[in-house]
Amino acid sequence: MSAHIHIAGVGKVFPTAGGEMVALRGIDLEIPQGQFVCLLGPSGCGKSTLLNAIAGFAPPTTGTITAAGRVVTGPGPERGMVFQEYALFPWMTVADNIGFGLHIKGQPRAQIAATVDRLLAMLSLTDFRHRFPKDLSGGMRQRVAIARVLALDAPIMLMDEPFGALDALTRRNLQDELLRIWSELHKTIVFVTHSIEEAIYLADRIVVMTYRPGTVKRDLLVELPRPRDPAAAGFNTLKRELAQLVMEEQQRHHHDELRMAAVD
Amino acid sequence: MRAAAFSWQQAGVGLVVPALLIALWQAAATLGWINPQVLPSPLAVVDKWIAYLLPLQPYDRAAGNWLAWAVSGELIVDALGSLYRVAVGFAIGAGLALPLGLAMGANARVYRWLNPLVQLLRPIPPIAYIPLSILWFGLGNPPAVFLIALGAFFPVLMNTIAGVRQVDGIYLRAARNLGASGPTMFVRVILPAAVPYILSGVRIGIGTAFIVVIVSEMIAVNNGLGFRILEAREYFWSDKIIAGMITIGLLGLAIDIAMNKLNNHLLRWHRGLEH
Repeated sequence: MSAHIHIAGVGKVFPTAGGEMVALRGIDLEIPQGQFVCLLGPSGCGKSTLLNAIAGFAPPTTGTITAAGRVVTGPGPERGMVFQEYALFPWMTVADNIGFGLHIKGQPRAQIAATVDRLLAMLSLTDFRHRFPKDLSGGMRQRVAIARVLALDAPIMLMDEPFGALDALTRRNLQDELLRIWSELHKTIVFVTHSIEEAIYLADRIVVMTYRPGTVKRDLLVELPRPRDPAAAGFNTLKRELAQLVMEEQQRHHHDELRMAAVD
Repeated sequence: MRAAAFSWQQAGVGLVVPALLIALWQAAATLGWINPQVLPSPLAVVDKWIAYLLPLQPYDRAAGNWLAWAVSGELIVDALGSLYRVAVGFAIGAGLALPLGLAMGANARVYRWLNPLVQLLRPIPPIAYIPLSILWFGLGNPPAVFLIALGAFFPVLMNTIAGVRQVDGIYLRAARNLGASGPTMFVRVILPAAVPYILSGVRIGIGTAFIVVIVSEMIAVNNGLGFRILEAREYFWSDKIIAGMITIGLLGLAIDIAMNKLNNHLLRWHRGLEH
């Protein structure tokens, strides 16, 4: 199965009050199966827009996206999405949240229960199965959101700054957890972040994006051996290099804001 | 925020002011400051309340079962009559408002067609329908139930519409990503997300129904608590009027407590609520 993602000539234009805003322009990316890709860039660089286009929530204005051999025309079960805001259904228990996708697919109850049990154990959530999301910490909620996507066994996982709202310790914890799951289940992961360290810690490949219009500024493979040590020399060399690239875009963002303020 | 456990001390503090007021009231009556026909003493009201509560006839073994006798008191018959009207009227009003509100909230076309009419009818207080309801339904339960249904209808309708329309887009996206569409999306996502709004509509609707039942009994029915206190006025039985009012208050309180329990159960998943 060629469960990879093929992005060809993708552009996205948003109509705004002050004319058209070009969010993405001419994006071409080939993502092989099982690769862990981080989209990195400052806010406003269109990385979430690109992810939403892959997810099928907001189709691109130009170009096509093919995922797992099919052209993306809407959300699909082969592309599971993990949101920064968790997006768990607060009226469902942890177990019901995880089983919901399978319930929609019409799987028999016993089979759903078996999958849910397995995922609860995999993500250390077994004691929380009957809790509602409001009773969980942010880290726990994101575990449930990951389990909910894993339940459908999607070959592709799309993650939109999933750990952005978590404290540093919980964040590292979940990053390790995600790497463990990824190496176990061989998912293709597209992970949006604005944290350089997070990108280097996790990714096989980092795609740095430019600020408005969003284009690919640098596309590089991370050759550091795993598990990665953020204190290692190689890690920090790469970090400096990426920081330089992201800073350039951040400054364009900053200038843009100053210019907008001046116009006002 | 967690509610403090029940404490006798707090309950005691809450009773101080009412107890003082009642003592003052009793003193005023005993000392003859107020004409008892204007304001009877609290003891007289309690006496009346008990007499009103107890069966009119002594228990007669031959006449049948004890329970039927025990609830044959005027007050109990009146209270059950009022509750019955509230229950039937509310069930009809809310039963119509809920599906209509769901349809109007979920479907923009239904909303565009019906919203102008709803906005036109909504400001008319249910009490303004009294003449028409008597013309249409005569006297007795039907006009009362009609008015109560009307009183419950609009709060439930408006809140259901708002509830469905305000569902957070992130839940819809997450559900679509998991493959939900059509009926599943509606029943498992949109409806539960709207429940907090719907329940607050239900609560307002029951409150309105309770007001309307008293008014409609004063006008169209010859039993029930509303009828009874108006009837008592004709005989200058101010003690019975107050006894009836206290009963209305207790019934309202009971309905409110029951609603609260239901609310807490249905919204046990909701942030900021007690278990």
